[in-house]
Amino acid sequence: MHMTMSQKILAAHAGRKSVTAGELIMADLDLVLGNDITAPVAINEYRKAGACGVFDCQKIALVMDHFTPNKDIKAAEQTKQVREFADEKKIPNFFDVGDVGIEHVLLPEKGLVVTGDLVIGADSHTCTYGALGAFSTGVGSTDMAVGMAYGKAWFKVPTAMKFNLHGKLSKWVSGKDVILHIIGKIGVDGALYKSMEFAGDGVASLTMDDRLCICNMAIEAGAKNGIFPVDESTLRFVAEHSKRKPVVYSADADAEYDSVMDIDLSEVHSTVAFPHLPSNTRTFDQMPETRIDQVVIGSCTNGRLSDLQVAAKILKGHKVHHRVRTLIIPATQKIYLEAMKQGLLEIFINAGCAVSTPTCGPCLGGHMGILAKGERALSTTNRNFVGRMGHPESEVYLSSPEVAAASALTGVITDPATL
Amino acid sequence: MKILGNVIRYGDNVDTDVIIPARYLNSSDPKELASHCMEDLDKTFVTRVKKGDIMVGGQNFGCGSSREHAPIAIKESGISCVVAKSFARIFYRNAINTGLPIVEFSGEIEEGDQLEIDFEKGVLKNVTRKTEGTFPPFPTFLQKIIEAGGLFKAMETLA
Ligand code: SF4
Repeated sequence: MHMTMSQKILAAHAGRKSVTAGELIMADLDLVLGNDITAPVAINEYRKAGACGVFDCQKIALVMDHFTPNKDIKAAEQTKQVREFADEKKIPNFFDVGDVGIEHVLLPEKGLVVTGDLVIGADSHTCTYGALGAFSTGVGSTDMAVGMAYGKAWFKVPTAMKFNLHGKLSKWVSGKDVILHIIGKIGVDGALYKSMEFAGDGVASLTMDDRLCICNMAIEAGAKNGIFPVDESTLRFVAEHSKRKPVVYSADADAEYDSVMDIDLSEVHSTVAFPHLPSNTRTFDQMPETRIDQVVIGSCTNGRLSDLQVAAKILKGHKVHHRVRTLIIPATQKIYLEAMKQGLLEIFINAGCAVSTPTCGPCLGGHMGILAKGERALSTTNRNFVGRMGHPESEVYLSSPEVAAASALTGVITDPATL
Repeated sequence: MKILGNVIRYGDNVDTDVIIPARYLNSSDPKELASHCMEDLDKTFVTRVKKGDIMVGGQNFGCGSSREHAPIAIKESGISCVVAKSFARIFYRNAINTGLPIVEFSGEIEEGDQLEIDFEKGVLKNVTRKTEGTFPPFPTFLQKIIEAGGLFKAMETLA
């Protein structure tokens, strides 16, 4: 039938045998997500439209992660508005300080997204769940409001780019380097309106954390979604986190792609995105000495347990550079607790890092680590736009947790392989 | 619908973080958002924008975060339409869903030019440069959303 994996999930949710690229369809949703920034706008729209019911209170997730613990009075008003809405609509999946985590790490962990789902979220990094073999994409607040009321959203059926992965990653190289490498090649609009479909024998060697990190940044290439084929690792992950049954879709053998790119994972090197675009990437052979003032290890891209583990491995027994403020932000409470049990927090604190409760915080320049004019941060987050972490004249460099931890020790952006 | 307005022009990849910086997202009030519109890219925007002005961008306009605060801030600031060579997809759907007119057009436009845009005919006239070009109309499906005055209202017929 020539359909890509993404198209198959869309067709199934639109009650159709097939769909073709470019078509506009209405499809049924398995989950609608909003956060403390986007949900208030959605609730305003919902109320303005005079809506009163929600399509399914179990299929809405409201995650108070961006400006929490409330950074100021206005932020407190916003979470209050969402809290009251969740109470009124009896929405059980409302996550607030104490059990909240960064949404795109939290939802898979809570088992709210499984293989085969169609998910929209009023947050651009909703594309993360493609790692589980789901179609998920970021939308705006009005989409979210309509999604909550009707359980539906409109989609333009996307074409796809295929990325054939081969081989295995080298030591100190991880999913973040793969996606930065790709964005560096295709640009921030290289996949505009399209699906990024990953395939090939190299997929099996990537951990679920790698895949989640890669799909997370599909939006940074302009993509509608990123998606991985379903294998044993996926099904094991889903079974460990959810009682819901996965539905496995795969691309047709004769699916049509706009382009096919082959990537040898063993050839991917540690990669850093320089200001002010995620596509402005460099590897260490092309990098000038770059002093940094702050390191952030966290976010929906790299705040998972394996990210903290690898950072701890590098930091263990050392002290971070006296000039570098190093912030470690476990993405969820569960990860925080596990990091504590494994002794990672002790390693971080002994190394002179600050460890924070889960929050988006500095990733979007919200709070907890804002930069002054002229300051530079190396961050495991996903965006380095002008002013993203603070002053419009500050700079953000993006990297893997491996590079971030190594650089925290030296005070300049450092290849972990050279330590 | 036909509009006439003066151009305020920016380059490629205008992201939603510069359209409305995250530090102001602790409010969803359109007036407050508009008062910080474009602040990190162009501090003069809020003082010089006039009602009816047209914002022009290059490739990938509105990339980055999904914040609907971005089209809300632009619309509330008085901008009547955004013209760009291409739009990032979430910004594109947010604009349609919230009723901010947008046009995909790649002809030459400079700061201060006066444009006349005819949405029915799909014609963009650069009055200053005496040039004109066409742009494709929206597909019927999206036209219905625009005509209904936003996605919520359109759902009665679309759902
Ligand atoms: S961690 Fe950053 S990118 Fe991820 S949801 Fe939070 S603000 Fe957005």
